[in-house]
Amino acid sequence: MIRVEGVRYRAGRFGLDDVSFAVGAGSYGVLMGATGCGKTTLLEIICGLREVEAGVVMVGEQDVTGEPPGRRGVGYVPQDGALFPAMRVREQIAFALRLRRWASADIEARVGELAGQLQIAHLLDRKPAGLSGGEGQRVALARALAARPAVLLLDEPLSALDDTTREQTAVLLKETQRAQGVTALHVTHSLREAGQLADVLLQMEAGQVRSAAPV
Amino acid sequence: MSTSAGGPPYGRRRRRLSGLWLGLALVTAAYLALVLGMLAATATHSPPGRLFEALASREIRHAIQLTLITSTLSALLSLGFAVPIGYLLARGEFRGKPILDAALDIPIVLPPMVVGLCLLILFQTPLGQLIERAVPFTYTVYGIVLAQFIIAAAFAIRTMRATFDHLSPRPEDVALTLGASRARAIWSVTLPAAYRGMLAAAGVAWARSFGEFGPILVFAGATRMRTEVLPTSVWLELSVGNLEAAVAVSLVMVTAAMLVLTTIRAAGERA
Repeated sequence: MIRVEGVRYRAGRFGLDDVSFAVGAGSYGVLMGATGCGKTTLLEIICGLREVEAGVVMVGEQDVTGEPPGRRGVGYVPQDGALFPAMRVREQIAFALRLRRWASADIEARVGELAGQLQIAHLLDRKPAGLSGGEGQRVALARALAARPAVLLLDEPLSALDDTTREQTAVLLKETQRAQGVTALHVTHSLREAGQLADVLLQMEAGQVRSAAPV
Repeated sequence: MSTSAGGPPYGRRRRRLSGLWLGLALVTAAYLALVLGMLAATATHSPPGRLFEALASREIRHAIQLTLITSTLSALLSLGFAVPIGYLLARGEFRGKPILDAALDIPIVLPPMVVGLCLLILFQTPLGQLIERAVPFTYTVYGIVLAQFIIAAAFAIRTMRATFDHLSPRPEDVALTLGASRARAIWSVTLPAAYRGMLAAAGVAWARSFGEFGPILVFAGATRMRTEVLPTSVWLELSVGNLEAAVAVSLVMVTAAMLVLTTIRAAGERA
């Protein structure tokens, strides 16, 4: 579950005031809104990359408002994937697991499981420069899911893909979210994507988030 | 490739571009001709026998060794400072940043002789004297490294700042969400991605150190078999009218600089 209550944030002229919303456990939330309305900022607040002035961020039943990003149980896929430029795909996926000191065999098994599920097993020894846009996004997704986060935050993960790849990746995204049992919050401009993926549809406008009618 | 098949608009565009590229090629060729002409004239100035004779002298061989060692130490030291300072300038947001930024350029804009003079005066102050008692810098090999470092580091810092400016901070942010500390994220994600920039910074620092003359002459002196580096050798040989030896040393410098910079560039391309 993701719950945001009364969050206030300000950076120069930009601000979010009293933002509240929730996405139930295991649900797929889609957040829509105009460019520059603060969707990415909101994801970064949930991740812990930006500090709020007031309000509460809950992940599962835990208040993570004051927690550093790595202790929030959140997996984050930024808009461009933000893959680690010098690391092979295998190392990217294993990164969070090595930090948690998983045994090598367990790391290998988890990397294999995610690589199979996201159809990137043939890419494990490549570096990001050798990946297409769709492949890069699937690797970023596997990396975010590796440590079994409770929540997955996706910032326009399909926007840079061509139509065919976008369709395929959207299906894969939904299947993976269900298989991993993770609560997702997905930012997009696309009504089509929202209709395809959303269990919960949220609309961001003038620094506020409200529930929107199903697409 | 045929250029006629594309029709008139494509053909016209191609012709205009060709003119532009020709102009650019001519400007490049003019500059390159000057550089290569200068080197070729120097290389063919004296018979090879006279050059090898000059290079066989104990003093020159000592200077070659000392220059290579001090330049390498200065380059490594410069990189050690340039990486954290470059990162701070690229990613840090703090009051006084423009002032810090400008202050770090001081060694670049100061005349080299003035840098040497300032160092000399610094080590005459009570604090400088205290340091001198622990590590003697004035007129020593340590002084050569310090004089090279102070200018080379400023160039390395510029290179590292540009490197970090070009690297997106996003992967580092993602590493934080995956459980890494900021230090771990920098170590595991940002520094490996900055590898080419680090090689370039080390290369620039090495080249600056290798050719450094003014500050070394003032601060470390030009004592043969002690603090004589290759640029000093050129100056010493010229001052006694031994043009062959000055040319020989210059050619050694050109060759060594080209070898090191080509190696660094090749390593950067492999990375």
